[in-house]
Order: sequence, then C-alpha cells, then structure tokens
Amino acid sequence: MYNTNYHRASSVEDAVSKMGSSDDAKFVSGGQTLIPTMKQRLAAPSDLIDLRHVDSMKGITVDGNQITIGAGVTHAEVHSSKELGAACPSIAALAGHIGDPHVRNMGTIGGSIANNDPAADYPAAMIALNATIITNKREIAADGFFTGMFETALGEDEIITAVSFITPVKAAYSKFPNPASRYAMAGVFVAQTGEGVRVGVTGAGADGVHRHTEMEAALTANWTPEAIANCNVDANELLSDLHGDNNYRANLVKVMAKRAVEMAG
Amino acid sequence: MTSISMVVNGRSVGGEVEDRTLLVEFIRENLRLTGTHVGCDTSQCGACVVHVDGKAVKACTTLAAQANGCEVTTIEGIAGDELHPMQQAFKDNHGLQCGFCTPGMIMAATDMVNRLGKDLDEKTIRAELEGNICRCTGYHNIVKSIQDGASKM
Ligand SMILES: Cc1cc2nc3c(=O)[nH]c(=O)nc-3n(C[C@H](O)[C@H](O)[C@H](O)COP(=O)(O)OP(=O)(O)OC[C@H]3O[C@@H](n4cnc5c(N)ncnc54)[C@H](O)[C@@H]3O)c2cc1C
Ligand code: FES
Ligand code: FES
Repeated sequence: MYNTNYHRASSVEDAVSKMGSSDDAKFVSGGQTLIPTMKQRLAAPSDLIDLRHVDSMKGITVDGNQITIGAGVTHAEVHSSKELGAACPSIAALAGHIGDPHVRNMGTIGGSIANNDPAADYPAAMIALNATIITNKREIAADGFFTGMFETALGEDEIITAVSFITPVKAAYSKFPNPASRYAMAGVFVAQTGEGVRVGVTGAGADGVHRHTEMEAALTANWTPEAIANCNVDANELLSDLHGDNNYRANLVKVMAKRAVEMAG
Repeated sequence: MTSISMVVNGRSVGGEVEDRTLLVEFIRENLRLTGTHVGCDTSQCGACVVHVDGKAVKACTTLAAQANGCEVTTIEGIAGDELHPMQQAFKDNHGLQCGFCTPGMIMAATDMVNRLGKDLDEKTIRAELEGNICRCTGYHNIVKSIQDGASKM
C-alpha cells in the first residue's frame, strides 16, 4: 500500500471540509473494498477520511411503512436488526449472505452502494425496492444512481448519508454465490412495491446492476415462478469471465429469479 | 505518521505508526504479539481475525489508525490461568494440524458464540466459518471443536 494520511471525521460537514482541503482524498467506511484495493495499489488516495464515527450516518428507523438505513450501518447490523427482520426480512437476509461474518462486521451499506461493484448484493435490492439514495446534497432515485460498473451519480465530495424505501408488499433475494468470494455470479431481487413489481439483477450484467422489465411485466400478470419460464434473458447483455460465460449467467438469472419469487411467496 | 493508542488484551498500548500501517502489522511488529497470523493478505483466509470492540474483524483489512481508541483482543488475550474453553476444545478434539489457521478460527468461534449463543449446530458453524480457511484439517474436527468449546463457554 502506498502511504496515505488518515483523518477521522466527526460529522458529515467535517468530512466534506476535510475532503476539500486535501489533494486526492477518498472516504473510507468499513474499508472492506477500499483497503484491499489500496493494498493491491489499484487505488492510492493521498488521504483517507474515515466516516465510521459519524453518528448521524448510523441507525435504522422504521416509521410506519418508511424504512431508513443510515449509510454507516454495517451488514451485520442490517442482518441482525429486529425491526428490519419484521418490516423487510428480504434485506436482512441479503445482508447475512454478504461475504463472511468478519467482513459483515466492518462493511457498510453506504460503502457497498457507493462502490457499485457489478457483483455486489445491495445494488439489486436498491433498484428493486425503488429506494432513494440520500446524500449530503440531494436525494437520488436508485434507478438514476447506478450508472454503470463501479460508476454512480455521486460527485467527488458527495457522501451517502442514508438510504430509504417503502416497505415492499412482498420481496426476496436469491443469489448464486461465487464459491470462493461469495460475491454474486447472479443475484436477483424481486419486489412487489407500491409502484408495481420490480426486478433487480446483479452479478451478471455487462453494465452492472439493472432491472429486468420483461420479468417485471410477466410477474405483474402472474406472480409465480412459472411466469419467469417464458421470459427472455439476453445473453448478449451479460458478463463473460473466468467464473462463467454469458449463456451460463443468462440461465442463472432465470433460476435465481424463480427462486426469489418462490421465497417471496 | 499518526500517533495511536488502544487497549490490547487489557493493556494500554500506543505508538507512532505510518498511516498505512495495518492493524495486523501493528499487533505483530510493534506489539510483538505474533499469534495473529497473516495467511493470505487478500482478506480471504481469516488467519488474522481479532476482536475490535468485541467484534471479529480481519486485522489485515483494517488500518491500525481505524482501531485508534478501540479495545482489541487477540488470541494471546483470551486465556486466564488455564486455556480458554475454546482453546481447550481445539486441543481435545484434534481441531488443528499445522495450527496456522487456529488463532483466527478460535477468534471467529468465540465471536460466533457471542452473537449466536452456546448451542451451535453443525450447519450454522459451517456457514459461519465462511471467512476462515484451513489447508490441513478438512474442517471436520474444527467444527467438532467449536461445538464442544461453545457448550463449555
Ligand atoms: C472477502 C470479502 C467478501 C465480500 N463478499 C461480498 C459479497 O458477497 N457481496 C457484496 O455485495 N460485497 C462483498 N464484499 C464487499 C463488502 O460488502 C464491502 O463492505 C462493501 O462493498 C464496501 O463497503 P465498505 O463500508 O467496506 O466501503 P469502503 O471499502 O470503505 O469504501 C468503498 C468505496 O465507497 C466509498 N464510500 C464509502 N462510504 C461512502 C459513503 N457513505 N458515501 C460515499 N462514498 C462512500 C469509498 O470512498 C470507496 O470508494 C466482500 C468483501 C470482502 C473483503
Ligand atoms: S490474512 Fe487476513 S484474511 Fe487472510
Ligand atoms: S491446521 Fe493447518 S491451516 Fe488449519
């Protein structure tokens, strides 16, 4: 790892001002993506601004049907939250299958979403739940937030402070994990929301996380695993890599979608 | 350079470190507590697991500066006059061969008990060991050790 300068932010404002006064800084939350990347020298920020001690970015609130999760909430906290377990068990279950227990103790929802790894789990949930990504500057609908592999609508000094969504009527996430890393080879989050059925696909898309509108239409007409069977998953739009080619992934997307609908009940 | 201080195994320690220093480097090289191992250095194997403020983390994927002000427990800190029940259980159940993964396994196991209680079934233990790799044992006796050790904690 190249050298860097570590700073601990006490508030969102403090983090922004520390970002403004440094050269080429990066925010760090759990560090479970950024630190491995720095160790490989694929990132070399001049400064690291630690967001883990910003109290306003912590905590989960369930207010009627409105769920808000602070960006600094760890995967372990989402997984074990009793409120989420009751209001939105699908997201609690998703968090419990990210990486391993040690990664879940440090990694945060904000960090995962900001990173937008094409094989990460949360992005699929965010688009399927029609979530709003709340930053220190604005609120962004998930559909417009994830703009491509490792790309988001975030500006340089923009911090995700929370995510928020309406409790879905039904939802579930099913992923086929890469046996070594546990990242998704294909993961599908299905949800019946106030604005209709939404299907988020991760792990498979050549441009990262995306919706599958044909499955959405099929599930709107008939919410059963069988409804997926006739849907077309275009392999040309999917990833091929050493873990699996695009045709294999196209099949996995359908299988994961069927399982998710079955789990959602 | 950053000046850091933390409580490691109940003892206040500190030092001047480069900001890029990993927690595992600080523990092994500054504090000379070499029970915490580095197996992969790529966040996969769990040989480096320690507890920070009571939670298991990979010390190779945490900066020493991130742990500034925290309480850290390493494998050296869990035994009293006698071995910790989890250490004893690994001994009794032949839960190790070369022993390289063992400190991380034991720190992961005690974290498991802290979160999930003493009554752990085989399926849970195997799923919870996702972040710990052993090249020797084939995991069978590790699972047995954890089940035994958990029941005695
Ligand atoms: C062994 C291993 C297995 C894993 N398996 C999975 C898996 O199965 N599924 C999965 O989804 N992920 C997996 N991950 C990744 C893990 O979930 C990370 O925790 C997550 O991707 C990043 O969150 P973080 O808090 O650690 O972010 P960091 O590493 O601290 O930051 C990541 C990026 O986001 C930026 N950032 C962080 N917080 C904010 C914020 N609040 N606002 C704006 N920008 C921010 C940082 O500047 C950085 O660019 C795994 C990681 C490891 C090491
Ligand atoms: S050395 Fe930390 S996970 Fe392998
Ligand atoms: S006992 Fe040798 S690696 Fe586990």
